[in-house]
Amino acid sequence: MAKKILTEHINVPGIETFEVYRKQGGYTAVEKAIKTMTPEEVVEEAKKSGIRGRGGAGFPMGMKWGFLAKPEGVPRYLVCNADESEPGTFKDHHLMKCIPHLLIEGMIVSSFALGANKSFIYVRGELMYVIRILEKAIEEAKANGFLGKNILGSGYDLELVVQPGGGAYICGEETALLESLEGKRGNPRNKPPFPAVKGLYQSPTVVNNVESISNMPWVINNGGDAYAAIGIGRSTGTKLISASGHIQKPGVYEIELGVSVDEFLNSDEYCGGIRKGHHLKALVAGGSSVPILPAHLITKTAAGEDRLMSYESLSDGGFATGTMLGSGGFIVFDETACIVRNTWNFSRFYHHESCGQCSPCREGTGWMEKVLHRIEHGHGSMHDIDLLVDVAKKIEGNTICPLGDAAAWPVASAIRHFREEFEWHITNPHEATQPGAVFMGAVLA
Amino acid sequence: MTETPNPVAFTTERLAKVKEIIARYPEGRQKSALLPVLHVAQEQWGWVSSEVMDYVADILSIKPVEVYEVASFYTMYHLDAVGKHVIEYCRTGPCCLMGGEEIYDYLKQKLGIQAGQTTPDGLFTLKEVECLAACGWGPVFQIREKFYMNLTRERVDEIIEELSK
Repeated sequence: MAKKILTEHINVPGIETFEVYRKQGGYTAVEKAIKTMTPEEVVEEAKKSGIRGRGGAGFPMGMKWGFLAKPEGVPRYLVCNADESEPGTFKDHHLMKCIPHLLIEGMIVSSFALGANKSFIYVRGELMYVIRILEKAIEEAKANGFLGKNILGSGYDLELVVQPGGGAYICGEETALLESLEGKRGNPRNKPPFPAVKGLYQSPTVVNNVESISNMPWVINNGGDAYAAIGIGRSTGTKLISASGHIQKPGVYEIELGVSVDEFLNSDEYCGGIRKGHHLKALVAGGSSVPILPAHLITKTAAGEDRLMSYESLSDGGFATGTMLGSGGFIVFDETACIVRNTWNFSRFYHHESCGQCSPCREGTGWMEKVLHRIEHGHGSMHDIDLLVDVAKKIEGNTICPLGDAAAWPVASAIRHFREEFEWHITNPHEATQPGAVFMGAVLA
Repeated sequence: MTETPNPVAFTTERLAKVKEIIARYPEGRQKSALLPVLHVAQEQWGWVSSEVMDYVADILSIKPVEVYEVASFYTMYHLDAVGKHVIEYCRTGPCCLMGGEEIYDYLKQKLGIQAGQTTPDGLFTLKEVECLAACGWGPVFQIREKFYMNLTRERVDEIIEELSK
């Protein structure tokens, strides 16, 4: 069995309660950190662990902590990003719902490390039932002396606030999240200044993903070096993967980084293979925004080596033949999936979720959606394919936040790898696909 | 349909909740309470009318426009009256791979309404939403705080029947 850090106790009955969580060794990291370590030592362990941001960007968490400005007399904030909204990603939802105290414990040790006395967990508003679960866990932790004033008699105070969002994918972008937390529209901010210098209420702020923070109790208990020994190369530790689409066993799996894509996709421990009677056509490995890969580039890299579930191996070959680990939203397509329809669907998503600040994104996502809609519905022309590539290119890199890139990559990659399918839609307009219809009509059915 | 009471005021219980929410933030940062307070308002009235938004602005000591711009930016706030049950149906890719479009068509046909409409008896409003972070259990829709997952035609029949009682 592969190493489990986050999900080891997830199936223990009653693990959502303080009592059971505590019996399984919960909150020992808080005791260890607060009673025997300095905040700097906790930061040092996070750095040693090599853990990279699990929300999608993959930036080293310890380094991010190291950037936090510490001016005298100014409060510092830790904000947990639980605005999980990237299509194909549902790991944080699962983790918070099943084992809420893990995140609470992680928030306490991380807040202690950063010198924050008030920390926030920003949860997407649609998960109101999860917010209630977290609030209950916070009450329990408080009643047992792990939160509030003078935690464990150390003199350290911490208050945790769970903040609901209002329904907006863009608030997963850290500066949009901070705007939202201040009670405003979720418009990403220009950077610099970065949140580490001017974040929430213009104070130094760290924003970390749920999964990143939830790793901290283990890192404190076992040491950053032990964490770094798990995984492969610079992809240290484990990763939660949300697996969906045409597989035998959709769900959330914790993998040790470095397991092969083939094993993850086909072994019974994980996805269990493609659903019966069908075969693999394409994969989106890290949430809807990362480039889609065709079957022949999924389990092997372009160089013919085994493709691994790691930041480096998934991006091997760049965007020409590779993709990204992203948020770990693993969406599997069998031969019945229509790539054009799916690309149109994703484009509609990004158009809907664009905050509207930057014109390349605001206008470009709408154009891509419209062009894809007409190709999908039998009104496209060959020129439209190049038009899409051109629009995607003009959005990419020209916006305040990465939503523009996230909208451009799925379109560009779908055309890069499945151009003939777009052409087929255009030359066979009368057979343009309908819901449930298959790849190139009768050709492969 | 939910009627907007006049005058607009939170129940005693909800007003206490709103005060507790405002107290979570540092002094002078009460605007941070806006999103959570709008959720409480929607819980009470079913949707947020301009009267409700003005009332919330008043409570938080901010300008009404600061509430309007937020309520209209985020998708969860209903700016028009809605039915008793608002079905928020996920239309995003991973759910569609699991037959989400077919089930959606079936649901629309069953209710006899399109997205944005309310059934004549005022029981159901249908809304299309983007990814609900439940892709492994699709197709999915949400009614208030509850997720309905792994939807099939039979499951849709059961849910609608149950909620029609």
